[in-house]
Amino acid sequence: MSERTSNRIFDIVNVTFVALFVLFCLAPFVHVIAVSLSSTRAITSGEVTIFPIEINWKAYVQVFTDNAMIRSLIFTIILTVATTVLCMLFTIAAAYPLTKSKLKGRKLFMYVIIITMFFSGGIIPEYLLIRDLHMIDTVWSLILPGLVSPFNLIILISFFRNIPPSLEESAEIDGSSHFRTLMSIVLPLSMPVMATLALFYAVGRWNGFQDSLMYINNPDLYPLQLKLFQMVQNNMITELTQLEGANRTKLPPESLKAATVVFATVPILVVYPWLQKYFVSGVMLGAVKG
Amino acid sequence: MSKASYIRRYWQLYALLSLPIIYFLIFRYGPMYGVQIAFKDFNLFQGINGSEWIGFEAFREVFGMKEFYSSLRNTFMLNFLDLVVSFPAPIILAIMLYEIKSVWFKKVSQTLLYIPHFISWVIIGGIVYQLFGNQSGMVNGLLESMGLNPIPFLTEKGPWLITYLFTGVWQSAGWGTILYLAALTGVNRELFEAAEVDGATRMKKICYITLPSIKPTIVTLLILNLGKMVSIGFDRPYVIGNTAVREYSDVLSTFVYRIGLESGQYTLATVVGLFQAVVGLVFILGSNYISKKVTGDGIL
Repeated sequence: MSERTSNRIFDIVNVTFVALFVLFCLAPFVHVIAVSLSSTRAITSGEVTIFPIEINWKAYVQVFTDNAMIRSLIFTIILTVATTVLCMLFTIAAAYPLTKSKLKGRKLFMYVIIITMFFSGGIIPEYLLIRDLHMIDTVWSLILPGLVSPFNLIILISFFRNIPPSLEESAEIDGSSHFRTLMSIVLPLSMPVMATLALFYAVGRWNGFQDSLMYINNPDLYPLQLKLFQMVQNNMITELTQLEGANRTKLPPESLKAATVVFATVPILVVYPWLQKYFVSGVMLGAVKG
Repeated sequence: MSKASYIRRYWQLYALLSLPIIYFLIFRYGPMYGVQIAFKDFNLFQGINGSEWIGFEAFREVFGMKEFYSSLRNTFMLNFLDLVVSFPAPIILAIMLYEIKSVWFKKVSQTLLYIPHFISWVIIGGIVYQLFGNQSGMVNGLLESMGLNPIPFLTEKGPWLITYLFTGVWQSAGWGTILYLAALTGVNRELFEAAEVDGATRMKKICYITLPSIKPTIVTLLILNLGKMVSIGFDRPYVIGNTAVREYSDVLSTFVYRIGLESGQYTLATVVGLFQAVVGLVFILGSNYISKKVTGDGIL
């Protein structure tokens, strides 16, 4: 076998394998979308795999006309945007001063922050703290506890350090205050890393679920993931009791559950491709420096 | 620089820094103060300071609980199996992606491979149910139509473990390639050309150039993973687990949640949390020490 043919075979096998892995990643989504669009009869008879059968939009109509679901979606969007903005403000407020080597006490502040990456009080003391601050059943319990991620902070600090100091120095000589230097020089130069961290915070909040499970009892403040979890959990319970012969007529149709899963996934999938080109470089930087 | 001019020059920075520092003191160090309830007979109405000290009594009780040991064992077991199954996946995938010559195919595959990482475990739980449910799941439907017996993916030990591991690979393999691909961008292309002149095959180039160049990254990530053996995320075992397989799916984080917030045994749950934090710290420092010995570079 010549070298060229063996190279070709390698390439074909390689591309095929990667393509199969991509399909493996996508197939579950495709199936869920197919279920969400199929008729109940086709689903229960197990005919649906990757193509919808007896297409209808009933499940989506039901999701989009469910007021509680729409309210939860709007609440989750507002919550995600507000959390992301606050997280970014606090992370920038911490990162910028900590890049200044002449700042007295800088090392101490770094230790105070880094220790929290390796040791924490655990969820019970955290719960009691939120309770003592009277934040149970308020949006603050979903925003404040995770305001600054030390990991994201370190990524931002190392990015800020890479900005040539001469730029900031010349601004300072021109009489610019620290605030102005930060706003008009440092931040505009940091857009890629800002987009990366904002995406991390936003995805974390959008997907976050344990905190709402712990802190939120009021159905008006249920984020989407908690609502969804209750549906999934109900599935699990009915699935298990079905084994013991309970009747299944009370179940919401499979297509409705699938439509809800799609409904809660689409917003992230819409935002993600726009930010992808930034976060790969952002993550790489964090990996190299961190 | 005089004190006055130092303050004039730097007060803005301290003002900026004060906000996040207050955050850390309240929301990160506040719970550390609360850890003392592990040593107290904690009573919600008397509060942290009003409750009585009981020394290590709660520790004795926790260490006598059968469920504590089973959740500790499960934590180790699931983390270990994840290490065996999920750890090599992104390495193999990254090497294969690196070997792809078509730029557009590579870009498109990467974009699609990252997607599962952005899906919450709650949604993954929903998808897993749709696919692997005993009655209505697609996979069992296919098996049945082929005349095979359905597999209890979610309700029996062996199949459940496989489902758990499989979802881990699905969720993280693509995303995990980022770090390895980043390491590979630093490889000197001339090495490959030289190897080609010497008549090396593709496999040989992978074994002698590509793999060694990502070895430091592999070692670092391996050590980081070893350091996380007792810490385990809450969402994945909680969502994929269920009452039928609790014996295997109950891990330290779900155990703490269950005895603490569902049964209100705050002191016992705090003890387990503290145990987890301290052992976790020992593991991290230990693996950092090993890392410094082996690679000459630590993570701390």
